[in-house]
Amino acid sequence: MVRFENVGLRYGMGPEVLKDINFSIAPRSFQYLTGPSGAGKTTLIRLILMALKPTRGLVHLFGQDVSRLEATTLTDFRRKMGVVFQDFRLLDHLTVYENVALPLRVLGKEEAGYRAEVVELLRWVGLGERMHAVPSVLSGGEKQRAAIARALISRPQLLLADEPTGNVDPGLGRRLLRLFMELQTLGTAVVIATHDLALMELYDAPRLVLADGHLHVDA
Amino acid sequence: MTHRAWCLPTGIFMSTPDRGAEPAEHEEGEEFARPRSRLPDNLRRDQPLVPVDTVAGRALVVVIAILTFLAALSAGGALMAARASEQWRGAVANEMTIQVRPDPRRNIEADLARAVELARAVPSVAEVRAMPRDESDRLLEPWLGAGLDLIELPVPRLIVLRLNASVANDLVAFSQTLRREVPSATLDDHRLWVRRLSTMANTIIVAGVGVVMLVLVAAALAVAFATRGAMAGSRDSVEVLHLVGADDEFIAREFQNRFITLGLRGGGAGGFAAVIVIALLGWLASAWSATPEADQLQAMFGAFEIGWSGYGVVILVAAIVAAIAGLVSRVTVRHYLRAMS
Repeated sequence: MVRFENVGLRYGMGPEVLKDINFSIAPRSFQYLTGPSGAGKTTLIRLILMALKPTRGLVHLFGQDVSRLEATTLTDFRRKMGVVFQDFRLLDHLTVYENVALPLRVLGKEEAGYRAEVVELLRWVGLGERMHAVPSVLSGGEKQRAAIARALISRPQLLLADEPTGNVDPGLGRRLLRLFMELQTLGTAVVIATHDLALMELYDAPRLVLADGHLHVDA
Repeated sequence: MTHRAWCLPTGIFMSTPDRGAEPAEHEEGEEFARPRSRLPDNLRRDQPLVPVDTVAGRALVVVIAILTFLAALSAGGALMAARASEQWRGAVANEMTIQVRPDPRRNIEADLARAVELARAVPSVAEVRAMPRDESDRLLEPWLGAGLDLIELPVPRLIVLRLNASVANDLVAFSQTLRREVPSATLDDHRLWVRRLSTMANTIIVAGVGVVMLVLVAAALAVAFATRGAMAGSRDSVEVLHLVGADDEFIAREFQNRFITLGLRGGGAGGFAAVIVIALLGWLASAWSATPEADQLQAMFGAFEIGWSGYGVVILVAAIVAAIAGLVSRVTVRHYLRAMS
């Protein structure tokens, strides 16, 4: 599903922030992406999302070399991925419902066709009574769940979650982890970027460890 | 309604302390075949993905309204000049004048009668009227004043010819015959005046169209700058849209819709204001119609009204401004997105 070969990244003329990155993500797999703060976890997620271009190396997504992709294919690939940003990145002028429905709306789907599905997912993540609220009045946990619901609504093949438990209490963190595990059993490959060791000890899974710009896989 | 069921444990968030956690509606692992409660009707507020009602958006509406107002007034003015010019040409082109100059060697009354006789024989001439002496004298009153005895002055006599609607080629021959038979008479077909009036009217029309074009260019530039500002301000939103699967076409369409909305608001307000002003001026002109000043204005500009077609042009200008706003924003966004990627 995702394969990085000798990938390096530098910003401008600066030093390489990621060096010789080699790893792969299999379909229906679950793994952590870990490392100290500033190690480059978010940068690596942005590389997978094709929001950044590597300065060297090969990135294969869904069996294709991304450097040769057309813009339309790039968009198609992004539609196969769901992402939970560390800072949620909810659109402030939209309601929770509208934010969660966003991936379906950009596909050009009719609102009547997805309304029930979005409402159902919002109820499922405990935001059934908050679907009319705008993000500015939500608590950190509610924003987190709205961001997760938005990432899930289009049933992605790959879920990338950047510090999904960073803004919630340990109890909610555990519930979120359980949610991601359930998603994996339903067929989604899950990558959780976290530096929370306690969280990783709750569920044993391969760890992609980033340190000093290098990555090694701790199986 | 077709939707895929979420086959997930619903109890995960049941005990969350956050607001909004609602009681479990389903047992863990139960498949959501259909929602139990009725779905709210007002789920979507039809909120555009790009915020519209911002301070910059409102400022742009005001700018577009002012520009549309000026463009609509210019278009209305040009249209009025075109209509007045048409009226002048119609009025002047159907009339000719024979001027019989006094000549001490000739009998002016005999020349006048002969010229009238010749004119009546021309098929293109529908009506011939020799202007009486006192009427000719009255034409000089605005320059020489009233109450003067003009008997000693060599005042030319005038014959007014009203032409048929379809002017034939016999007028050239008539002019030559008149010059031969009555040497003191000249035929004036008002071509010089028509040419001058047409030149003036055309100048006003070209200036009006030029102002409309300049205003449209200014509106396009204002929208381009506003779009770039909106894109810079919405950079995060644009990135989120990209990452949730929106393509450039979708994002460009969102911005285009936003700016068409702003353009319609501004164009509508400006066009409406222009219609009100033109209608008000028309009303004032009709209220003052009995005064000499109004008569002079009417002679110069025709009736102070632009008619339904004129109001149509004003609305068209407003629609063009809105269309330009949409088109320019779309092009600007596509260019910006290309630069971003």
